Amino acid sequence: MPTYHDRTNDIVDLCLLAGKIMLESGGETYRVEDTMVRIAASFGIPRSHSYVTPTGIIFSIDRMNSTQFIRIVERSTDLHKVALVNNISRRISNGELSLDEAYQQLKEVEKQKFSYSLWQQVAAAAIASGCFAVMFGGWSNFFPSLLAGGAGFYCFEMIHRLVKIRFFAEFFASFIVGGLAMILVAIGLGANLDKIIIGSVMPLVPGLVITNAVRDLMAGHLLAGLSKGAEAFLTAFAIGTGIALILSIG
Amino acid sequence: MIVQQLLTSFIASAAFGIIFNIPKKLLINCGFVGMVGWIIYFLFAEQQINDVVATFIASFFVAMISAIFARIYKTPVTIFSVSGIIPLVPGGLAYEAMRHVILNDYNMAISLAAKAFMISGAIAMGLVFSEVINQLAKQKRKS
Repeated sequence: MPTYHDRTNDIVDLCLLAGKIMLESGGETYRVEDTMVRIAASFGIPRSHSYVTPTGIIFSIDRMNSTQFIRIVERSTDLHKVALVNNISRRISNGELSLDEAYQQLKEVEKQKFSYSLWQQVAAAAIASGCFAVMFGGWSNFFPSLLAGGAGFYCFEMIHRLVKIRFFAEFFASFIVGGLAMILVAIGLGANLDKIIIGSVMPLVPGLVITNAVRDLMAGHLLAGLSKGAEAFLTAFAIGTGIALILSIG
Repeated sequence: MIVQQLLTSFIASAAFGIIFNIPKKLLINCGFVGMVGWIIYFLFAEQQINDVVATFIASFFVAMISAIFARIYKTPVTIFSVSGIIPLVPGGLAYEAMRHVILNDYNMAISLAAKAFMISGAIAMGLVFSEVINQLAKQKRKS
């Protein structure tokens, strides 16, 4: 394997890029740290330190005079990218990729768009909502939940694009879900309002974040665990308030 | 009844895979993981077994199957476990808790919220347990 001692800065750039993509795509904190350290080790830097929180990455290499920091502003769930970066890191560890090749490939991954269109996602959210309503309370809830869940998810995506405040988008989307569900029940399309709302709100629920938060806490990443917990709590609270508001109006 | 649960939980979990942008060829696996998790939970819940225990066992199996798939397809475990645990998330309880807040029945709201919290913890504990077992197995294979 060739050595890269004169290219330490490029190696640091590569590690930071890999970490940034992973963290922005919803990779776990410990996986991001692990991947960065492992990439550095594969290129001949055995002692590097990575400190990751959900909002930033700090990365330093022993005896190098500058520590790098990048800020993570936007987080979403795009597990395909996490898998791709993981795959690239695996190939680096096996010595299959050179530094430049790896950087090139990571750049391509970063540019990649979501592999499903918005409409496919809305359809998926709608079907998932319908199925959840059936799981919780029988077939009579399928159709109204399909409508409310799809509309709620679409609203969430649209508002989230317009205003970059996630909690507001979630609040408003669940407000719409609740309103639609109430209208549908009132005109006799659905039977059980509670089950319809629970099913339709499922695509917005921060299930992944809650679980990742507890997992990070148990792995000893206290800061990451707590901040993810706060994110999950705020999201759940936004959804709850949206539903609460529409229920108390109606 | 059980066929209906199997079918809907499979479709719901696979559809969640689309929301999380999981590669197309793995969606079937995601659906399978979610289906197994939900059915385990459902069968235990029907036997009047405590929700927390049922959720714990279900999420343990979700994580175990996910780990096996992850090894076969050489991808991160999260890809499979994320859509697997979604059906177990206590959305219903959280909703009930919120509804009692509106009714000014804070005692009920807090006890429901505590239960939702315990179930979230049970999901996480199930994941952690299976991870520990996997790590032990890995150490054994190495030595």
